[in-house]
Formats: sequence, structure tokens, C-alpha cells
Amino acid sequence: MENKVLNKVGLIFENVDPKEVLTKAFNMSKDEVIQQVLDSGLKGRGGAGFPTGLKWKFTAAEKDPEKYIVCNADEGEPGTFKDREILDRVAYKVYGGMAIAGRTIGAKEGYVYLRGEYKFLLPKLMKELDDFHKMIDEIGYDFRIHYRLGSGAYICGEESALFESIEGFRGEPRNKPPYPTTSGVFSKPTSINNVETLVTVMMIIKDGAESYFKLGTKDSRGSKVFSISGDTPTPGIFELELGMSVQQFVDEFGDGDTKAVQVGGASGFCVPRKKFTETIIGFEGVPTGGSMKLFNSSRSMYNVLHNYLDFFTEESCGQCTPCRVGCQQLLKGVEKVKKGESKSTYLNELVKLAETMKIASKCGLGQSVGNAFRTIVENFREEIIY
Amino acid sequence: MYEVEDLVKDLSTKYGTGRSSLMPILQGIVEKHNYLSDEVMVEVAKTLDISAAEVYGTASFYTFLDTQVRGKYVIRVCKTITCSMKGKGEIMQVIEDMLKIRPGETTPDRMFSLLETNCIGWCHKAPAILINEIPYTELTPEKVVEILKSYMKTK
Repeated sequence: MENKVLNKVGLIFENVDPKEVLTKAFNMSKDEVIQQVLDSGLKGRGGAGFPTGLKWKFTAAEKDPEKYIVCNADEGEPGTFKDREILDRVAYKVYGGMAIAGRTIGAKEGYVYLRGEYKFLLPKLMKELDDFHKMIDEIGYDFRIHYRLGSGAYICGEESALFESIEGFRGEPRNKPPYPTTSGVFSKPTSINNVETLVTVMMIIKDGAESYFKLGTKDSRGSKVFSISGDTPTPGIFELELGMSVQQFVDEFGDGDTKAVQVGGASGFCVPRKKFTETIIGFEGVPTGGSMKLFNSSRSMYNVLHNYLDFFTEESCGQCTPCRVGCQQLLKGVEKVKKGESKSTYLNELVKLAETMKIASKCGLGQSVGNAFRTIVENFREEIIY
Repeated sequence: MYEVEDLVKDLSTKYGTGRSSLMPILQGIVEKHNYLSDEVMVEVAKTLDISAAEVYGTASFYTFLDTQVRGKYVIRVCKTITCSMKGKGEIMQVIEDMLKIRPGETTPDRMFSLLETNCIGWCHKAPAILINEIPYTELTPEKVVEILKSYMKTK
């Protein structure tokens, strides 16, 4: 396994001339743009990590004349706040990425779905969008972006739930297939990309796929914006090259007493101290949409797990039984074990339930509850029981 | 009742009367009145030519589209892990003491509602709250007192 040293990068927040980058992209053929994105090795930055170039290729191949590009700015994963910072500082690069995606896949319209919690940003973002629309009019490219606000539902960060919400329905995930590339928002072929992914595309077009490909490892190319919080002297946003170990990360951001790092938020994985050195942050180890929470030895991992389960119980859309009932039972279960009402071996049954939810749940929410549950219970069993 | 009709009419003129206009219209009403009354949901249903159950069904899915009476200022205290680790409890206690309400309640003068909410994306500046759409971060009990006082003055 490759292992990189911790390396701070400054691609995402670098100021560029958007007109120059867009002109460069528009002078390339659509296939060339797709090839550049494929060659860069870029995987979606929301957390799921689907190769962006492939997503565009599939959407571009659809025959329907009406297609959409959607920017997923419904950043709700506990511990993630990078998309807010990106939109606040370089929204024009998000819009630029959408325009490049739009031309590549054949979409004339785009939507930004912004979580309701970030509504305070909207006036500024709309003003910058006006300027952006003027700029692309000058280039002579016909493309428009619209804003849609969320209303406090974590599940709407799931792509098909997000489409339902834009269409004016309850944010309940759809069955897949069909995938968004064939049937997305308004049942039209849609490419839905994370805020950071779209900005990264701007930089890949500007600097070339090769220079991006040089960063990171075989499975995790490039750099990533991390949202760092918890027990750290330096909480905030940091862009780092992918491929470092959790140990290197903790050496830089820990407070000297880090006992666990939760990588990828409530739906991510808990890495205990004894596994810091062997665990790589990236798709070959622990994948993350950017959420990194550090816990020191003063923290109870029972409280952490309880907090996450409470979160999922509230945010499960309730549509499918494994997730709706599973979340509730996991929460009740750990409470019972803690109070001594159930034997500690009951935790094994709960881990089985979490595994069942992974197989049987309809969408990523229910499927990933088990990640945190299993890794916390396995590594901090005593803290859950006593 | 006339006021409700006018508001829904204004919003539907701005956003249209298709199904995809439902969310922006409901959000527009909440922005003005802080919650969705039964009357207003029926009016929206008429305007968009869908059943009132569809409107309620959609609204009740979303935490920020309240169907219960809320105050002029809705305070949402983040309870997710980092805020919870960094003093959310104290912040909540100060607000409860000042406003004499518990989470989920609204002051009798309908100025403030107090709610808990899930991660609002300010973990690096925890603890954090939202008052309507404005975030307040890196809070201390003293800071919260000052913030609430400033809102009380605007009565």
C-alpha cells in the first residue's frame, strides 16, 4: 500500500480567471473533456467516490435532449462544513464546473440544491451567480443555473431524495436502477456532483489531468478538502493530498491525546489509536467526504455512538423498514446494554442487525449506519457496556 | 384569511404553480410567518391544484417547514456530537432560563421558539445555534445572553 506524507495543497481555494478556464474547456471537444476528467482519476468528493468522468460519460451518452446538471450542496454529514466554505469563498468555480459539466453532458440548465441551514449565504451566492451568468453570456454560451433550498432533511443529500425534493415531494430516495444518469431530476438524464468535485474539475481543466493525477495514490488521486473538528487545537478547513495515514493526520491535528478519529462523519468509520498507523485515509482505507472528528481520552465513545444513533433515528426518512426500525432498535439496544437491562452479548445481535441494514436498506443512509456502529462497538466495547 | 390568499398568490406568481414550486412556496410562507397553518396549506393546495394531504405530507417531512405555531425567532440549538462535546448543554440551559421555555416550546408572546437540531455545519466553531437563518458560533453562556438580549430589544 502506498503511503504519502501529509502535504497541504491549495487547489480548491486558488483564485483563477473563470473566463480563461471556461474558454479552454469550450475549445476542447466533449470527449476530450471527459477524457481529461477520467485521466485525472477524480472520484466524487461527496463521499461515495464514483468516478466523475464515468458519470459524465454515461449522462453524455443519453439521447434525451433535456438533461440536467445538479450540484449537491446539501452538506449534512455531521462534521462536514467544507462545501459551505467553498461556496462562500469560490462559488464562481462551482458555477464554472457546472457550466463545463453542462456542456459536456448536454445540459442547458443546472440546479444548486443548497441545504436550508446555509440559507444565510444565499443573497451573496445569487449576486455572484448573476455575475457568472453575465460572464457566460459574454462567452456566448447558453446555460442557466437555479438555486433550490433544502429544509432541514439530511436524507436530501442522497441523490434521488434530492431530486424528489427539487420536484416538490417528500425527500424519499428512489429505487435504483434507474440511476440518475438515465433518470434523474424530472426523470431526465442528470449528472449530480458534489460542490468540491465541480471545483476540482475547473482545476483539472486549468492545470491538466496529469498534474492532478500526480497527487495522491493509486486508489485516491488528487487532494481533498477536510473538515476538521473535535479535540484538536486547529479545527477548520484544510486541503490535503490524499494517501496519508491516520497517524500522520493525528500527528498534525491531534491534541497529543487522541484516542479515536471518526473518518467520514456519522456514516463513516471509527479508527482507534491502535490502528492509526495501518489505516490510510482514502478509498483504499477509510473513505471520507471530508469529515474528520478527533476524540481524546476524556470522551466517552458511548456518548459518541449514542449521538450518532440519535441522529440517524431522526434523519431516517422512514420509507423502508430495515432503516426506520433498525435505527430505533440500535439506539434502544445500546441504551439497554448501558443500563444493564440487556447482557453485553446483546451487542453481537445488534452488530448483526446493523449488517442486515447494510444489505436490506434502500439507500446509503441505512446502509452506512453499520459503519460507525460496528467500528465503535468493536473497538470500544468496554465503553459501551460499562 | 385574505392575507393568506394574498401571500400564496404572490408566491405562486413568483415561483409558478407546478408541483416543483411547492417547496419554494412553503419556504416563502415560513420565512414570513415562521410556520404553516392549516388554512395556508389548504390555500396552497387550491392554488397548485393538488390535495391538501399532499401539501401536508410534503411539509411534515421537512424539519424546517413547521406545521406547529412557532415564534417570530426560531432558535435551533445544534445537538450533534461536536457541539454536544463543546458545551451545547450549557448553552441550552442559559436559553431555557432566559426565555423560561423548554426545547420544543414557544414563549407566550410568540417571540421565541426553542428547538434542537442536527448538525448545522459549524463543528469547527462549536457550539453553534441558528436564530431563523442566522448562525451564531463559538458560543459561551455570556455571548448567548448578549445575543438574546439584542433580539429581545427588537420586539
